[in-house]
Amino acid sequence: MERTTIDLWVGIFAAAGAAALFGLALKVGNFNSATLGETYSVTGAFENIGSLKPRAPVKSAGVVVGRVDNIRFDPETYEALVTVKVDKRYPFPKDTFANIYTAGLLGEQYIGLEAGGDDKMLQDGDKFSKTQDAVVLEKMISQFLYSKASESNEDKEAK
Amino acid sequence: MFSALANMLRGIGHRIVDRLWRFGSGLRFFFYVLIYSGESFRRLHLTIREIYFTGVMSLIIILVSAFFVGMVLALQGYNTLQRYGSSEAIGVLVALSLVRELGPVVTALLFAGRAGTAITAEIGLMKATEQLSAMEMMAVSPVARVVAPRFWAGVFSMPLLAALFSMVGVLGGYLVAVPVIGVDSGAFWSQMQASVDFREDIINGVIKSVVFGVACTLIALFEGFDAPPTAEGVSRATTRTVVNSSLAVLGLDFVMTSFMIVA
Repeated sequence: MERTTIDLWVGIFAAAGAAALFGLALKVGNFNSATLGETYSVTGAFENIGSLKPRAPVKSAGVVVGRVDNIRFDPETYEALVTVKVDKRYPFPKDTFANIYTAGLLGEQYIGLEAGGDDKMLQDGDKFSKTQDAVVLEKMISQFLYSKASESNEDKEAK
Repeated sequence: MFSALANMLRGIGHRIVDRLWRFGSGLRFFFYVLIYSGESFRRLHLTIREIYFTGVMSLIIILVSAFFVGMVLALQGYNTLQRYGSSEAIGVLVALSLVRELGPVVTALLFAGRAGTAITAEIGLMKATEQLSAMEMMAVSPVARVVAPRFWAGVFSMPLLAALFSMVGVLGGYLVAVPVIGVDSGAFWSQMQASVDFREDIINGVIKSVVFGVACTLIALFEGFDAPPTAEGVSRATTRTVVNSSLAVLGLDFVMTSFMIVA
């Protein structure tokens, strides 16, 4: 088959396009970290999850060990049920503490796991026994103002 | 007075029926192209030649615009984000707006202007100079020989062009954000990677660009094929290609985004 310069240009074009797609997947997107290996899922009940979203990272000691799989509302206990998928390579003890943290002041929310001291490990389908809710900024501010106000009242009374 | 009103109504009705008529024949044309597209794969050199004319020749305008769009996004984004003290999120802003929206949409608009008009004018002129009739006389189907290769070339080129647009745009944004403004390079990439999802953002962008590729190329081909065989007819058809492709791209973009964003 005869080779023409047009073939060369089309080849360059297709290769550059494919390279751009790979570049987007690897450099811009989270193709690396999105692929967890085999996982086990654990559920936790929270009174308030703030603005936690599905696919938010699950971190332990700052390392991503899993992702939030889905979030449901339990109409019987009025709590949020959050199912997380944790990588099978990282087993956690039964009494692991699940907290909802915020990355930075206005950043995204994620679940932080703090390992406990139990000998038994969490299995697929288990529940977190201890959870801590998301910090709601408005609540904190109002509590702070309230305590400040009562402090100044006490000061006046002391005088 | 009564007859004037009746004439007006008749005019509106005529226009609506005419639009529907053209829409229907456009769909029929689409199926024709699909039926005859076996030829464009069997004689691949025809399609390759068209990829050169639609894809490769559009590269320069696409890449240069992408670079400037990325740089402008970074400048504008920084201006707003620094008020909230989160100028590191500039990478997220540039990447998400490019990958999700601007990449596919701006590429499709430029593609309609650069390649779509060329296709329409070429086929319209072929029709005006009776080259298409000559092919039919020789028992060569013009849809198989002329239209189908151009269609597949457009559908193939569009996603590649859109991917290049997004990538070059991100690089343009990087050039403004990191060396010029002084955002930390590590924060730029890592925040971007934390927020851009492969399946939700990048693959959806590719799906969009494929759909835009089908729509733009099909409109350009149909307008050319349907053009009255006169100089005026070809010029009007070229105008209609740009207008209809742009409207189709923006409309389809809204529909697809509303489907994609729900999940």
